[in-house]
Amino acid sequence: MSQTGQRSSRVTVMVGTRKGAFLFHGDPSRHQWRLDGPHFLGSIVYHLALDPRDGRTLLMAAGTGHLGPTIFRSIDWGRNWTEAGSPPAFPKAAAGAAGQDGNNKPRAVDHVFHLTPGHATQPGVWWASTSPPGLFRSEDGGATWKGIHGFNDGVVPEISHTIGPVPGGPIAHSVLVDPHDPAHLYVGISTGGIFESKDSGATWRPLNKGVAADFIPTPDPEYGHDPHCIVLHPTRPSRLYHQNHCGLYRLDRPGDTWERIGRNLPPEIGDIGFPIVVHPRDPDTVWVIPMDGTTVWPRTSVGGRPAVYRSADAGSSWERQDDGLPREHAWLTIKRQALSADACDPVGLYFGTTSGELWMSATQGDSWRLIAQHLPEIYSVSAGMVAV
Amino acid sequence: MRVLIPPPLHSYTGGVSIVPGTGATLAEVLDDLDTRYPGIRFRIIDEQDRIRPHIRFFVNAKMAAGIDQTVGPADDVQIICALSGG
Repeated sequence: MSQTGQRSSRVTVMVGTRKGAFLFHGDPSRHQWRLDGPHFLGSIVYHLALDPRDGRTLLMAAGTGHLGPTIFRSIDWGRNWTEAGSPPAFPKAAAGAAGQDGNNKPRAVDHVFHLTPGHATQPGVWWASTSPPGLFRSEDGGATWKGIHGFNDGVVPEISHTIGPVPGGPIAHSVLVDPHDPAHLYVGISTGGIFESKDSGATWRPLNKGVAADFIPTPDPEYGHDPHCIVLHPTRPSRLYHQNHCGLYRLDRPGDTWERIGRNLPPEIGDIGFPIVVHPRDPDTVWVIPMDGTTVWPRTSVGGRPAVYRSADAGSSWERQDDGLPREHAWLTIKRQALSADACDPVGLYFGTTSGELWMSATQGDSWRLIAQHLPEIYSVSAGMVAV
Repeated sequence: MRVLIPPPLHSYTGGVSIVPGTGATLAEVLDDLDTRYPGIRFRIIDEQDRIRPHIRFFVNAKMAAGIDQTVGPADDVQIICALSGG
């Protein structure tokens, strides 16, 4: 048995960047990494996702500075890519219809931000979320996409007055499918908040109790919050965590009030950041990468000393993990989709920086090493388990 | 009619930079192009039929205001990708 605990699998780390996609294929020990790429050099690749249901279908959300958004699909690890025949798009508005994009113009998808494979019992189903906020579903493996009316024409117009000037544009992100119920969904909107559906997206309700939103004049608003990244635990999907613009939170369903577990991080570090990732088997273990959220929100490593923080008790306490990371003068920024965990034992962790560095830990964060540098600005990092 | 295709769209035309076009308006020309080169239209025209922000159309070297503009069989239609790199 290899140290992965999965005799016939290896890890591929899929990296989306400002200038293309890069695939890092690991050996069984996760020591050597073979770079494959760039794919679509010059394209903006927001996200890549591997379908765990078949271990080979790869979807990529891409665009360029000139061209509109699209989705590419590969079933042979990027040797061939097929473009979606009907990428996510809002319906054509009737002539003279009021718009919903914040400028009172009919909406158009600017970019596809996030891709999520559907439930294990629904092969071929994928979810995509966009900027401006929109939610789309494919039932044919990503070839064609349809908007979710209850979200795009229900939630989004209702909260449109809260959708603020987010850098890079307002986005829907973190589409979560409950492993125990394919109709049970969560979606995050920056800004807008977290929303839950129990009927496959037909109807939604806000799920933001207990979450701070200190940029909104109304105390304890029902929505309008700024979740940066939301995760649920795959084996205990009643356990959710989320990194917010205003702190770090945990929620155990059926409860509906988030607990600010970031208060347990050292005060000098704070609990602001973008990504968060859970241990694939232990619902109590979670990792975050705090960034400076003071003053004008520099969003860089606190004090120029990068560190990952791990909690093994659901956020009650935190351990600093910075062995191998730069000790000083390193002002790293890690975007919300740029931290990922593999399914090995021990768990491997991977994060990418806006300065083009790809870091990994094969020891659950105890030590870190650089596996690539000089890449373009990294937008997303996704670790996938590949059958071999 | 000739349609001049910019380099970012050559992946759709198999590397060809000038293709024949047909249609009485730019919209019809685009529909025809999309039939032969599936997906090309959505990369340059959004779902509200607006020309994307960094794309321009020129007909016989004069910029078109929108895709409703009429065109003729002897016209040159040029699709331009404005500078938006960096």
